[in-house]
Amino acid sequence: MSQFPLISVMTFLPLLGVVLLFFVPKQSHSVHRMLALLVSLVTFVVSIPLVTGFQSNADFQFVEKMPWIAAGPFQMNYHVAIDGISLWLVLLTTFIMPIAILSTWTAVEEKVKEYMICLLLLEVGMLGAFVSLDLFLFYIFWEVMLIPMYFIIGIWGGKNKIYAAVKFFIYTMVGSMLMLVALVTLYFKAGAGDFNVLRFYEVTLDPATQVWMFLAFALAFAIKVPMFPLHTWLPDAHTEAPTAGSVILAAVLLKMGTYGFVRFAMPLFPDATDKFTPLIATLSVIGIIYAALVAMVQEDVKKLVAYSSVAHLGYVMLGVFALNLQGLSGGMLQMLNHGVSTGALFLIVGFIYERRHTRLITDFGGLAKQMPVFATIFMIVTLSSIGLPGTNGFVGEFLVLLGAFESELRWYAVIGTSGVILAAVYMLWMFQRVMFGELTNPKNQTLCDLNAREVGIMLPLLVLIFVMGVYPTPFIEKMSPSLEKLIVHVKTKQQGAVAQVETVPAAPQVMPAAAVVPAEHK
Amino acid sequence: METIVLPVINLAPIMPEIILSVFGMALLLVNVFVPSEQKAYLGYLSLVGIIAAGVSIVGGWGVPLDSFSGSVVQDNFALFFKGIFLLSAGLTILISDHYMKREGCNQGELYPLILFATMGMMLMASGTDLMTVFLGLEVLSVSLYVLAGFNRANLKSNEAGLKYFLLGAFSTGFLLYGMALTYGATGTTKIPKIAEFVAANGMVAQSPMFYIGMLLMASGFAFKIAAAPFHMWTPDVYEGAPTPMTAFMSAGPKAAGFAAFMRVLIVAFPTLKADWSDLLWVLAVLTMTIGNLIALNQDNIKRMLAYSSIAHAGYALVGFTAGNAEGAAGILFYMLSYAFMNIGAFAIIILVGKKGEENNNVADYAGFATKHPVLALAMAIFLFSLAGMPPTAGFIGKFYLFSGAIKAGYIWLAIIGVLNSAASVYYYLRVMVYMYMKNPTEEFDWMTLSPAVMLCILIAVVGVIIPGVVPSYLLELAQKAVLL
Repeated sequence: MSQFPLISVMTFLPLLGVVLLFFVPKQSHSVHRMLALLVSLVTFVVSIPLVTGFQSNADFQFVEKMPWIAAGPFQMNYHVAIDGISLWLVLLTTFIMPIAILSTWTAVEEKVKEYMICLLLLEVGMLGAFVSLDLFLFYIFWEVMLIPMYFIIGIWGGKNKIYAAVKFFIYTMVGSMLMLVALVTLYFKAGAGDFNVLRFYEVTLDPATQVWMFLAFALAFAIKVPMFPLHTWLPDAHTEAPTAGSVILAAVLLKMGTYGFVRFAMPLFPDATDKFTPLIATLSVIGIIYAALVAMVQEDVKKLVAYSSVAHLGYVMLGVFALNLQGLSGGMLQMLNHGVSTGALFLIVGFIYERRHTRLITDFGGLAKQMPVFATIFMIVTLSSIGLPGTNGFVGEFLVLLGAFESELRWYAVIGTSGVILAAVYMLWMFQRVMFGELTNPKNQTLCDLNAREVGIMLPLLVLIFVMGVYPTPFIEKMSPSLEKLIVHVKTKQQGAVAQVETVPAAPQVMPAAAVVPAEHK
Repeated sequence: METIVLPVINLAPIMPEIILSVFGMALLLVNVFVPSEQKAYLGYLSLVGIIAAGVSIVGGWGVPLDSFSGSVVQDNFALFFKGIFLLSAGLTILISDHYMKREGCNQGELYPLILFATMGMMLMASGTDLMTVFLGLEVLSVSLYVLAGFNRANLKSNEAGLKYFLLGAFSTGFLLYGMALTYGATGTTKIPKIAEFVAANGMVAQSPMFYIGMLLMASGFAFKIAAAPFHMWTPDVYEGAPTPMTAFMSAGPKAAGFAAFMRVLIVAFPTLKADWSDLLWVLAVLTMTIGNLIALNQDNIKRMLAYSSIAHAGYALVGFTAGNAEGAAGILFYMLSYAFMNIGAFAIIILVGKKGEENNNVADYAGFATKHPVLALAMAIFLFSLAGMPPTAGFIGKFYLFSGAIKAGYIWLAIIGVLNSAASVYYYLRVMVYMYMKNPTEEFDWMTLSPAVMLCILIAVVGVIIPGVVPSYLLELAQKAVLL
C-alpha cells in the first residue's frame, strides 16, 4: 500500500499551522488570522479529493494503518479511513473551520495567537475522531478535543465563561471516562487482539454485557449530543462561547455524539440498541418538545438558538434509532443540515452582538429597515432551520419523520412532528421581534449592514442551504451504501442473538451473516 | 587453625548504591570548604554522582544477579525503579539551588542527603531480605526527616520535619514488628524463602502470627506511600517542607514505597493474593476518594498537590489490586510519569513562589499565562497529565493501571477510579482557570528564570509528552520489569 496518505495529511495539517503560529510574534494579529485561515482553507482543499475520489460503496476507503502502541496485551494501531458515514462529517468540519476563523476576524482582539492555536488544535481533534477506526485512537482524539474547546470558552467567552467552561469539561469528561472503562472491558471480552472497530463488530457479546457496555458508551455520546436530560451544559457553553466556538460546537462537536451512536454504540451492541430504542426515542421526543418550549421563552437570541440545537439533535437521534434507511439517512443529513443552519444562526447572532454588544431580543426590533442584506440572509437561515421545503432542513426532517413513522417508532414520530410546528413558532417569533416592527431604539438606527467579509462568510452556507435543499441526492448517494450495510449488520446481529437463545442457549455462536460484516481491506 | 571462609561478595548489584554513598560522603567533606554562596557547585557534583550511578545501572538490564547471600538482587524490577529514583533525585537537584538561595538556607548538606535518600530507596527496591528493605527504608527516612525540616528558619518546615519524624517512627515500628512476626512465623527474613516456606508447609504456616505480620507490614508500607487512612501526615509535611523536597518526596520515596510493597506482597505472599487484593482495594478506594475529595477545596497549591498525590497513590493501588502484569507494569510506568509531571509542576511552583513560601495559593496564579505564556503552557501540560488527559504520559499510565484492574475483573474498581479522575479534573482546572482566565493581579516580576529550573521543566515536559504520544518503548521496559 503506497497510496498518498490523504487522511493523515488532512488531519494533521492544522497541527502544522499550530507549529507555525508558535513562531509568529505575539502582536502580529493579522498574521495569526491570515495564517490560521490559510491553513484551514488548505485543509479544506485537501479534503475535497476525499469526496471526488470516494466510491459510492460501503467500503472503508483511503485506509491507512500502521502499528502504534504494542505493549503487553494491547495492540493499538494508527488506523484511519472514511466511509459514507464519516465522509460528510469530515467535509463539514473542514468546510466550517475557515468560516469560523473568518467570523472572528474582528470579534477577537486579545490573545489572537492562542485563539487560533486552539481552533486549529480543535480541528485536529475533530477530524481525527471522525476518521479513526481504532477505538483507542478515537478515544484519544475524542478527549483531546475537550482541551482547546475548554480554553476557547473559558478565555474568550462571555460573563459566565468560567462556569460554562468547567461545566462543559467535567460533564463530557465523566461520560468519556466511563466509555474508557467500557472499551477496555470490550477489548478483554472480545479477545480481539487489537482495538480495531471492525473486529469488534464481528464479536457477539451476551445481551447482559451489551446492556452495560451500551450504557457506558451511550452516556458519553448522549452527553455530547446532548440528549435530554444531559443537555444542561449546552446552553451555558453555547451562550458563553465566542462566536467561532459556538459555531464549531453546534456544527461539529455535537455531531460527535450522534456519530458515536451510529459508528460505535449501535453496531457494537445491537441487542442493547434494540432494548434501549424506546428509551432513547422517548428522551429524543422529550428533548424536541421540551427544548422547543424552553426556546420559546428565551430572551437571549443565542440561548434560543442553543435550545433549538437540542431540539434538532432530538430529530437526529429519532432518525438514527428508527434504524431504517430513510431514518438513518435523514438523521445523517440532519446532522449536516444542523451544522450548516445552526452554524449560520450563530454567525448571525455574532454579527449583531459585535455591533450592539447585546443579544437580548428586546433590545432589537425593526432591524430589517436598517440592514436589508442582513435581514434577507437571516430570513433564509431561519427558514432553513425551520425546515421549509426547498431548504436543506426540510429534506432531513422529512426523511427522519418518514423513517420513524415506518419503523416501530411511529408514535414517537407523531409527537415529534409537533416539534416542527413549535420550531416554526419560536424561530419566526424571534425573527419578527428582532427584525420587524418599529425601529425604536436609537442605537439600532445607526447600525450598518453586513460588510463584504461578513457576506462572504455567509455565502457558502447559503449556497449549501439551497443546494442541499433542492438536490440532496449526491449527499445521500454517497452515504447510503454504508448506512445500508450498518442497518443489515445491526438487524442481523439482533436476529442472530434471538436465534441463539431459541436454539442452543450456551453454545458459542458462529455468525451466520458473515457476509454483512464489514470486510477489511487495505 | 580454623580458616574463616569469607563468602564471595559480588558488589555489582549494589554498584549504584556504592557510587551514591561515596559521592555523598565525599560531598560532605567538600562541603566544608565551599563558601555558602557557591553551594551550587555541590549540586553539580551531586549530579555527576547521579549520572555515574545511572551509567552503572544501564548494563545490568536483563542480567539478574544477587549478592550478600540473596539479600539484594539486581533484576529489571529493581533497575526500573532505580531509574525512577535517580531521575527524581536529578530533577530535584536541578530545582534545589534556586529555591535554597531564595529562602536563604543554602547549606551544602542538602545534596549529600538527597544522595543518601536515593541510596536508601535503591536498597528498598533491590532488597530481597526484609532486613535489607528495612535498612534502605531507614536510610531513606532519616534523610527525609532532615530534608523536610531543612529550612530551619521556617516554622512550618520545622513542624513538617518533626511531624514526619514522629509519625514516621511509629510506622517504622509497625513495619518492623510486622517483619518480626513474619520471621517468627516462617523462620526466615529472606523474601523468596518466606514464599518457599509457605508453599512447603501449606496452611500450617498461615498462622495468625503470619497474617498479623503481613498486615502490619502492609500498614507500614501504606504509611510510606501515603495511602489512606495512613495519609494524615502528608498535607502538613508536603506544605511545610521546602518545595524541592516536597517534589522529591512525592516522586521518589513514594515509588520506593511501592517497590518494596510490591516485592514483599508479590514475592513473599503469592499464595495469599486473594487476601491482599482485598486489603488493597479497600486501601485504593479510600485513598483515591479521600485524596480527591479533600484536594477539591485546597487553596494552597502545595497542599492541593499533596492531597492529589494521595489520590495518585490510590490509582497506583488500583493497578496493584489487579495483581497482574498489566497492573504492575502500569504502576512502574505511572511512577515514572508521575516523577516527571509532579516535579515539573513543583518546579513551576518554585519559580512563582516568593521568599518565605509566599505566593503559593492557587489564586496567586491569576493571569500567569498572560505574563509567562510558555511556563503556563508547561504547567497546563503537567496538570492535564496529572488529570489523565491524552496525549500525555499520565493518561497512558492510568489507562494501564485501570486496564489491569478490568482484566482482573475489578471493573467496579476501575469505575471508581475513573470517576475519581473525573472529580480530580475540577481542582486541576481551577489552577488553569486562574492561569488563563483571570486577569493578572501581579506582574510576576520577582521571578528569576534560573537555567537549572528551566532545564528541569524542559526535561519534564519532554518526559510527559513523548511517552504520551509514543509510549511503546517505555511500556515494553515496564512490562519486562514486572515481577509477575
